Amino acid sequence: MTSPAVAPRTIVDKIWDAHQVHVEPGMPSALAVDLHLVHEVTSPQAFDGLRARGLRVRRPDLTLATIDHSVPTTDRSLPILDLQAATQIHRIEENCAEFGITLHGIGSPHQGIVHVIGPELGLTQPGMTIVCGDSHTSTHGAFGALAFGIGTSEVEQVLATQCLLQHRPKRFEVRVDGELAPGVSAKDLILALLSQIGVSAGAGHVFEYAGSAIRGLGMEQRMTICNMSIEGGARAGLIGPDDITFEYLAGRPHAPAGPAWEAALDRWRALPTDADATYDRTVTLDASTLEPMVTYGTNPGMGFPVSGRVPDPATIGDPSRRAGLSRALEYMGLLPGEPILGHPIDVVFIGSCTNSRLSDLREAARFMRGRRVADGLRVLVVPGSDEVKRQAEAEGLDEVFRAAGAEWREAGCSMCLAMNGDQLNPGQYAVSTSNRNFEGRQGPGGRTFLASPATAAASAIAGHVADARLLGATEAAK
Amino acid sequence: MTGRAPFERFSSAAVILLRDDVDTDQIIPARFLKTVSRDGLAEGLFADWRFDDAGAPRPDFVLNDPAMAGRRILVAGANFGSGSSREHAAWALVAWGFRAVVAAGFADIFRGNALKNGLLPVELGVEGHQQVVSVLAEDPSAALTVDLEAQRLGLPDGAQLTFPLDPFSRTLLLSGADELGYLLSLDGEIAAWEVSHPSPISTLARADA
Repeated sequence: MTSPAVAPRTIVDKIWDAHQVHVEPGMPSALAVDLHLVHEVTSPQAFDGLRARGLRVRRPDLTLATIDHSVPTTDRSLPILDLQAATQIHRIEENCAEFGITLHGIGSPHQGIVHVIGPELGLTQPGMTIVCGDSHTSTHGAFGALAFGIGTSEVEQVLATQCLLQHRPKRFEVRVDGELAPGVSAKDLILALLSQIGVSAGAGHVFEYAGSAIRGLGMEQRMTICNMSIEGGARAGLIGPDDITFEYLAGRPHAPAGPAWEAALDRWRALPTDADATYDRTVTLDASTLEPMVTYGTNPGMGFPVSGRVPDPATIGDPSRRAGLSRALEYMGLLPGEPILGHPIDVVFIGSCTNSRLSDLREAARFMRGRRVADGLRVLVVPGSDEVKRQAEAEGLDEVFRAAGAEWREAGCSMCLAMNGDQLNPGQYAVSTSNRNFEGRQGPGGRTFLASPATAAASAIAGHVADARLLGATEAAK
Repeated sequence: MTGRAPFERFSSAAVILLRDDVDTDQIIPARFLKTVSRDGLAEGLFADWRFDDAGAPRPDFVLNDPAMAGRRILVAGANFGSGSSREHAAWALVAWGFRAVVAAGFADIFRGNALKNGLLPVELGVEGHQQVVSVLAEDPSAALTVDLEAQRLGLPDGAQLTFPLDPFSRTLLLSGADELGYLLSLDGEIAAWEVSHPSPISTLARADA
């Protein structure tokens, strides 16, 4: 394959070209899907659609379901009191049984947030196309997969045909060089990017994260970054696979083994973007200048360093943007010029597909070990999966959180989107490691400060928004 | 779900919601997503903007104005439909009675969901959007005309603003057909592709084997 006629390509184009089942001028391509992840909230209407047309699931062997969004994170041996949630959970159990789909439901040792279990099972692999009826499917891009969220009509299409109709996306390079300072995490990096480019810059594009700062991150940190690509408007965001990727995958339950592993490595090593490939747009960030970030507004682009002061709408020229900021500050109950550091809070949520993996919990525990959460504060720690929960318990993290006065819960999406009963009360403030600070996202009237696990844990101890660097950890980073 | 009514030219006054970055959590909050049906979602549309914490209608929110009843066009700001992939957002807008959303930009997933449900995303450039806003500032009850065939939004002063749409989506909307029918027609090609591209994984294998 040394033909000089082959133009340099980005990883997105390589994956795209390898999955086009049908191409017709002026039409969207029919793109083959390698892995379809399904959950209880966005799938029931799709299965009904199949039944209405008398269709089967074309590739149950490439489909995997779990229960994460509406499932309670309390004792799993108790009945689910929310009848609607119970019905929805029962429905996916019925649908998976009827259509022959593997379900990691309640009681399965692999139950968990859909974007946590795919990678930990080794199902998420470089070069794959991965879809799910959930916008944070971009998470899987950390492995060099083209992964994006779809609507329920598309869920039905993939169930029926294992294909989707898609227009080729534009390429958006996010180059992050330099080294993150101590105490600055992947979550801070992605919040900093969003504060710079806003929440719609990525529309029509796929982000490709590159540069030495990205290369220096572990897989779980890369997942945190790719996870929030959608908050910048990009359906997908990915990172070319490297030895860190391969090391994470080796030995996972669904990862190739033996000769197949060697063959896979050959395929995967050909995936990264060619040296001379071009992008439709590039932004650069210097990681060494970044600080811990926190959001002050009602979209993830409204963030600033934790030491920052709330911006003044009067200084914004564009009337529409000015009105948006005014509205956000009114909702958040914040005044221009006010510092966020020290702002009182009611709840801390550590969890979600953004920050609920073992390394996130370890990071939070570093600041909570041997300490007590502030009086009157509610602190929820929700592992991303049953597997993460077991691993955390094996190293005693659950005891660290419990001893500090935090709640150690069962796996699920929980208070990230507050549809399972874990939610803020109207007017409450939370520091949350999740991905969205939209109005009411964590409960009607609730107000969210998005931040990293370290910032969340430090804030839990302090009882207000805190800078983890000032509080200091009680144990060294692992 | 095969087929829906063909999308026809229509005129309607607009509901004006000039906010940027209206996310799908606002269009329909997550607690309404516990349904297993596509129906009955109009009650959740903009629920937290329509009702206060006690469940009483907020008189200053536009959809609570009785004069808005029957209006089929929503005029919003930039980046409409950002955030979650929930198709419930499109279902709720359609259930309310909307057939088109006019905005200075749409989030990708929402745009796709809208098109699959007969809800037309009318994307105008900044200038065109401003023109609509000016017309509606003058007369908030002015009728706009949505002509999908010509890909034009007609204003009462006779101005015609063109909007982009990919030809495939346009054809499907005009005929009332859906994408799945087209995908199913590719069965032979899909089968051939599957033979030449064996999958590296199987979810049916024991996960802890």
